[in-house]
Order: sequence, then C-alpha cells, then structure tokens
Amino acid sequence: MQKDSFLYKVFDLYYDGFRSMRLGRTLWAIILIKLVIIFVVLKLFFFPDFLKQNAKGDEAGYVATELTERAK
Amino acid sequence: MFNHLFLDIDAGTIDWSRAQFALTAIYHWLFVPLTLGLAVIMGIAETKYYRTKDEFWKEAAKFWQKLFGVNFAMGVATGIILEFEFGTNWSNYSWFVGDIFGAPLAVEGIVAFFMESTFVAVMFFGWKKVSPGFHLASTWLTGLGATISAWWILVANAWMQYPVGCEFNPDTMRNEMVSFAEVALSPFAVDKFCHTVISSWIIGAIFCVAVCCWYLMKKRETKLATESMKIGVWVGLIAALLAGATGHKSAQSVGEVQPMKLAAMEALYNGGTDQGLTAIAWVNPFCQPDYANEESAPLKIEIPYALSFMATNDFNGYVPGINDILNGYTKPDGTVEPSVDEKIARGKKAIEALAAYRQAKAEGASDSMVNDQLSIIKANMKYFGYGYIKDKNDIVPFIPVNFWAFRIMVGLGCVFILYFIVLLLLIYDIPFFSVLTRRLLASVGLLPETMADAPRQLTGLPSWHYWTAIALVPLAYIASECGWLVAEFGRQPWTIQDMLPTWAAVSDLHASSVAFTFILFLILFSTMLAVEISILFKQIKKGPDHE
Repeated sequence: MQKDSFLYKVFDLYYDGFRSMRLGRTLWAIILIKLVIIFVVLKLFFFPDFLKQNAKGDEAGYVATELTERAK
Repeated sequence: MFNHLFLDIDAGTIDWSRAQFALTAIYHWLFVPLTLGLAVIMGIAETKYYRTKDEFWKEAAKFWQKLFGVNFAMGVATGIILEFEFGTNWSNYSWFVGDIFGAPLAVEGIVAFFMESTFVAVMFFGWKKVSPGFHLASTWLTGLGATISAWWILVANAWMQYPVGCEFNPDTMRNEMVSFAEVALSPFAVDKFCHTVISSWIIGAIFCVAVCCWYLMKKRETKLATESMKIGVWVGLIAALLAGATGHKSAQSVGEVQPMKLAAMEALYNGGTDQGLTAIAWVNPFCQPDYANEESAPLKIEIPYALSFMATNDFNGYVPGINDILNGYTKPDGTVEPSVDEKIARGKKAIEALAAYRQAKAEGASDSMVNDQLSIIKANMKYFGYGYIKDKNDIVPFIPVNFWAFRIMVGLGCVFILYFIVLLLLIYDIPFFSVLTRRLLASVGLLPETMADAPRQLTGLPSWHYWTAIALVPLAYIASECGWLVAEFGRQPWTIQDMLPTWAAVSDLHASSVAFTFILFLILFSTMLAVEISILFKQIKKGPDHE
C-alpha cells in the first residue's frame, strides 16, 4: 500500500493511535469488559426475547390475546 | 408511586420493571449530559487554539478532551440495556410500538457508530496526523454526533408522550409509521430536544467551573483554571438562560398534549383562567393528596397569572386542573374534552372491536362485518388505552414527585443563573456591576475586604467559594434527573400517552426475576460508577499533560 494513499493514512491513524495509547488502554479494557457483561452475560442469561420464547412464531396473535384479555 | 414492590403478583412485576427501567435510564443519564456539555467546552478551547495558535489552548483542549474521553468510554453502551429491557420486560409495548421506535433507534445507532467512531478517533489520535482545521472540525463533529444521537433517542421518547405520524394495524397489532417527518420533527420532540441538550450544557459548564475551582483552591494549573473558567461561565450562563426559555416552550407543549402532567407538576386540583404559578405549597412528599375534595394545596404561595402564561402564553389563559381533566371540560376554543369515564367507555369499545375484528377474520366472516369492527376501532383508537383503566383516578400520576421534582429543577436552574452571573462579575471587570458585586459580597463577609476593589482576582479567595462550585456538580445532576422525573412520572400510567398503560405493556414475567436483575444492575452500575469517578478524579488530579 502506498504510504501517501488515503487508506494507508486511515490505517496509520488508527494503528499508531491505538499503539501509543496510555489512558486509552484502561478505557478500552473497561469498554470491552462492559460489552462482554452486557452482551454475553446480561443479554444471553437475563434478557431473552420474551415474545420469541412465548409467542411461538405468532407474535401478533400473542400480543392481541394479551391486550384483549388484560382489559377484562 | 411504587406500591407493589414486595408483592409477588402482576402488580409487583409492573413496579419492578418500572423501577429497573428508571434505574437504568437514570444511570445512563449520568454520562450523557456530561458528554454533551464537555463537547462544547472542549470545542471552544480548541477553537481558541485554532484562532490564536497559542500552545496553551492546545493543552487546555487536550485536557478537556481527556475528561470527555473518560466519561464517553464509561457511558458508551449503557443505553443498550434499555433496549434489552424493552424486549424482555415490556414485550407487549415493544410489539405495539412497531417500527416507530425501531426507526429512530436504528438511525441513532448508525449515525452514532459512524460519526463517533470516525471523529473521536481523529480527535484523540489525529493531533499530528491531520491539519488543525480538520482536527477542529472533528472535535466539533464528535460533539455534534453525540447531540444527533440524543436527537433520535428524544424523538423516540417524545413519541411515547405524544404519539403522532402513525396508524394502528389490527392485523399486525403494531403501530405503523405513516409519516417519518411527523415522528422525527414532532413539535414535542423539538421542544424536548432543545431543553434537554441545552440543560446538558449547564452540567458541562458547572463541571468545568468546578474542576477549575479545585485547581484554584490547590493553587495549581492557575492559567488553565482561570481561562477555562471563563469558557465555563459563558457556556453556563447562556445555557441556563436558554434552558429557561426552552423550559417555557416545553411547559407549553406539556400543557397542550399532557395537561394531566402539568396539573400534577403544579398540584393544580381545580383549574380555570388567570392561573397563578405555585411558588411553594405544602404537598406531602409521601402520599397522594386528596385532590377530589381539596380546593387547592395548603399554604400555597403563587405568582399571579404566571401558570396561565407558562402554559398558554396568555396571562389570562385557561389551564385545566386534575378534577377538570377527570370530569371533562370545555377548552377556550369551544371544543369539549370528554370526561375520563367517557374515554374509558370508548377505549373499551375499541378493545372489544379489536377482539371481534380478529375473531371475524380468523373465522372468515364477511368483509362488511370485518369492516364494521375496523371502523369502530379507528373511531375510538385515540382512547384505546383508557379501555384498561378500572377507576378514573388511576390516570392521576403521583402528584408529590411531580410537584417537588419540578420545583427542585426550576429552583436549581435559578441558582445556576445567579451563580454564573456572580462569577461573571468576579471574573470580568464590568464597569459598576463588578465593583458593586465585590463590595456587596465583602459587606456580608463573603469576600475579604482587601479583595473588594481588586478586579479579576480568582486565586486566594476563601475556600468556600471553591467548594460552592464543586457542590454545584451534584446539584446540576439532581436538577437534570428531576427534569426526567417530571417527564416520566408525569405521564404515568401511560407507556404511550392514552394508548397503553404500564399494566398492559408489561410482559407476563415473575416479579422475582425482574427484582433479581434490578439488584444485579444496582450492584453493576454502582461498581461502574465508582470506577468512572475514580478514573476521572485521578485524571483531574494529574492535570493536563505539559508538553
């Protein structure tokens, strides 16, 4: 890749930036830990898609039953 | 308010789900306003560097960008948890809102990802890689990206408060968007956006001033502190004044589309024309007042005509009270607002027609039969949510939270304006006013006599001056969170105004499972907040990197 090409400059910006981070390393570590907790632990184990689990493919029918029954 | 936290029944599920959503939203909102506010501070600091080429301003810009980065990193993705909660705890709601909620949130996700990942990187990594002009543009665009993100989130929130640009489809059971422009440019969303973003600048400004005061108290980084404080004071004063103006516009929107919220904010039991704004009154913070039998809240001191002006822009304007809304009233233009009992009857009609429509379709009934039910649904859809209301009093939000949160927000807003004015007069040598302020402060012992005639002196003041600025930081957050309390408690019991109350919107979950994740979040959020605060303090203590 040519060193004066746009793509190289973009690559160099990120590569050099990440390489010379100091405080940023700590912050990225926190972000990654947080993302793992949010997407792997919370989403998978505690926040399932309720309708997907209970509606068995007929979400509109399930919600219609719920909404009409709850008004009684 | 939350009456069923310890009940292992449906009501417990509703309250735990609400509490969990509130906890997550409040936590998320600790980061967002500081991000929006610091974006302005760092943008101005770098603009000064761009214009003066003075290396001091580059150092100052880098310092504020560093604090922005810490806050940004800690806040990123915390809002995603709210979307998880929609899918699990509020599944009926999530399905019912359909693509109206999805579209703004998708735009927000895409814009936030591309703008922020590009321009944040240039801002932090690009000092030696791009031209000063491009770097400055990236800094401002980082802030603009965050502000645009806020726009889409607030559009989604505003739609719940004022559902427009949609049509309910009884086949899919979803509200379908008929006008993206109506949703995206809803006047309620515009007012909400302006007030929310501008009030966030106040938090950024107060944070900036507090950090500067801490340095002045410690007698270090004096130039950074005095020069940055000027930015903070100007941003803070302008934002605080604009927040007052946008707040007035917001109150008008609320008066038009959510009159019950305005009545609860004011503890206005019986409305009318020429209404005064309650400056203070005794509203017991822990129990719902007897609004049906009391004429007004006790010990009420009001500003004459101010509520009418706030809600209608007319000092003699009509403002309905809680009892007026419950029993029905005639608007100044002659239109009649039905009583809640009438709305309940129409809501029930819509729900029964919905059930009949779906049954008729399932059984292959004639088109005319299906269309008859469809026309009943359409005619009464405006009051669909009232079909779930058992007692008309269920639509009255918990008045004390609205009343006090509104007063705390407005009261603190006035304190901020006053504080910024005093600080401005101390920093700048404005003829007559600065001397007058210093002498006034000196005469009541708030400033040493020796400083009464010494302009622009910010070092060596009594330490309480600096501590006041630092104490304003939590107060700014309290004011901001109180704004959200008013917005969200005031619209109870609706998840979507007039269309879906909380008990219809919530998933059929066990209360204990929601309670468990609530406690889990409480621990997780507290830990993350402690980590953020410790990193932020560490960076403030460290100060700017002197090159």
